[in-house]
Amino acid sequence: MTPAPTRADSTGADSAGADPVGAAPARAGAVSPAAKPPTPAVRRSPLDLVLRARELGIVLALALLVAVTATSNSRFLSGQSIRDILLGTAILAVLAVGQAVVVITRNIDLSVGSVLGLSAFTVGTLLRDHPGLPVVLALLIGAAVGGVCGAVNGVLVRYGNVPALVVTLGTLYVVRGITYFWAGGQQINADELPSGFLDFGNATLLGVPYLVLIALLVLVVTGIVLRNYRVGRELYAMGSSPQAARLAGISVGRRTIGAFGVSGALAGLAGVLFAARFGTIDAAAGTGMELNVVAAVVVGGVAVFGGSGSVWGAALGALLLTTIGSSLAVLEINQFWQQAIVGGLILLAIGADRLVAARMAASLKKRGSHVS
Amino acid sequence: MSAETAVESRTAGLTARFANWNVAIIAVTIIVLIVAAATVENFGTSQNFGFLVLDLLPIALVALPMTLVIVTGEIDLSVASTLGLCSAVMGSLWNSNQPIETIIPLCLLLGAVLGAVNGFFVTVLGLPSLAVTIGTLALYRGLAFVVLGDSAVADFPVQYTDWVTGNIAGTSIPNVLLIIVVLAIVFGVLLHATPIGRAVFAVGASEQAARFAGVRPGRLKFWLYVVSGLVSGLAGILWTLRYSSARADNGAGLELAVVAAVLLGGVSIFGGKGALPGVIAGVVLLASLQNALRLSDVSNEALNVVTGVLLIVSVLAPNLANAVRSSVQRRRHRTTNPL
Repeated sequence: MTPAPTRADSTGADSAGADPVGAAPARAGAVSPAAKPPTPAVRRSPLDLVLRARELGIVLALALLVAVTATSNSRFLSGQSIRDILLGTAILAVLAVGQAVVVITRNIDLSVGSVLGLSAFTVGTLLRDHPGLPVVLALLIGAAVGGVCGAVNGVLVRYGNVPALVVTLGTLYVVRGITYFWAGGQQINADELPSGFLDFGNATLLGVPYLVLIALLVLVVTGIVLRNYRVGRELYAMGSSPQAARLAGISVGRRTIGAFGVSGALAGLAGVLFAARFGTIDAAAGTGMELNVVAAVVVGGVAVFGGSGSVWGAALGALLLTTIGSSLAVLEINQFWQQAIVGGLILLAIGADRLVAARMAASLKKRGSHVS
Repeated sequence: MSAETAVESRTAGLTARFANWNVAIIAVTIIVLIVAAATVENFGTSQNFGFLVLDLLPIALVALPMTLVIVTGEIDLSVASTLGLCSAVMGSLWNSNQPIETIIPLCLLLGAVLGAVNGFFVTVLGLPSLAVTIGTLALYRGLAFVVLGDSAVADFPVQYTDWVTGNIAGTSIPNVLLIIVVLAIVFGVLLHATPIGRAVFAVGASEQAARFAGVRPGRLKFWLYVVSGLVSGLAGILWTLRYSSARADNGAGLELAVVAAVLLGGVSIFGGKGALPGVIAGVVLLASLQNALRLSDVSNEALNVVTGVLLIVSVLAPNLANAVRSSVQRRRHRTTNPL
């Protein structure tokens, strides 16, 4: 099996029409005559570039943003500022990776903000009452709380045969209500939490905060599973065409529950990271976060109707949104612009997505490919 | 044997009737109202009736166009942000000493324009409405904060604020109930008794078939978004006058309550199915349950659980009823044709 088809269907099968051959001779001419003929990997790279256009767009936007902000105020590139951006990105990226998994299957999980709150409050309460609890256990408990919420979402979507939008809108209310009911207005403060846990929120390994390392681990593992493993490919297949996936023998129901479980578990994990970073947790933790998470995923090039996109893009989207927030502060622009910019970016991203799709369809038609 | 089939056919009849969500939701709403009036202190008072109507005013208004939008198979999540932006602009215009008589039409126009922006993205560019309106949800709310920051504008003219919170002279019927009733009748007639309404259902059932039948789905949806924005703008004006406070975060999160009420009212999220009486009942049910629980000292936040459970049950119940019905029918089929 060549890697090419894998690559192609990860960003929509209809993109396979881009021209890998046209650029190949130039590339071959550049290497010495003694070199081997171009390998498929080399010949694929211009195609790759086209397919990754959306990720590339985010990287360019990010680079531009950082360059402009840094030239107007050098404080922006100070260690502390970068650390803040990375910590903020870590939490949002963990959520966005989970959301991307669900969105790729043509579903959506609006309950992630509430799940983050429930998990943060659960772990905060546990740590307050049992200060000896190891951090690893806290992370696992948080992920488990979230995983249960996600599995409930998945079961409701699967067996209730109802759209994920409605189900997760309902559980958004329910989970938040449960957290409020349980917390009853109380708040967990940093001085009630064991210092070991708070240290974990601030500690670094070779200068990289632990939270960032955890986020990177989540990103890499999820990315590899989605791209290279059968389970991952099946999620893309479900998103492209649920009916075809079912006919192809994919157990769509089980995969749906699994995808929601992953999203919930990652939201729960993000809750623990949230608690470790901020130290102060109340029942409102993570309120409204679902909007930022969906924004990160959409800006990161994951199509809302499933079947395409990558967790790398989603994580880049999270990085871009977080960076915009701190750039505005540094540039002394009214913070209120941030939400408007997020909205504008979503519209821009889905508009660009449509444009790319339309151009690809047009080029396929011109080449006489089988596209209806 | 014959007794058994009689029981079965009766259950089949019952489930069939229950599958008619409209009737069921209206019945449930009436039961809730009666039980609440009998058991919850102060629920049945005329003063509480006024509060109830004012509380359900924004949800009821926005739910009317939202019903039509969802019946066509689309969604508009930006309604609450439109409300907030209109409220913020109203406040900032009032701050710059414009007369209220020019502010109100301007804000209505603004609402319509914001709706047209949604309509443009959804119908002209052909983008998914869920993503578009999540984007404009953030955009409009952000613009509201850009316009007004986190300050509040008060001191709107007393005759306007009094009219919104007041009753019809000599009665205990709130003035704003008139607006709700008139708009509900307009939208009800539009949806259920005009060619436009039939086109709305047709587009929701099958856009392609509707196109072959001479409907222009794009144009229809565009105007539905405009109307949705317009009504959201009206809700923003009434919200501002009711609390005599223009704030950028007015109505935050209302879109979820509206979608919940509409789906509770039996409108299918997939489009093509739904009726306005059910939606009105859904709005009343949601608002009166919250009102009754609040009177019984249940915390505001815990009410979220009720809203969420209601929403999930409302989408699960028809499917469950269908499943039960078809299994009953299958069993009956087996008993009558023993093969």
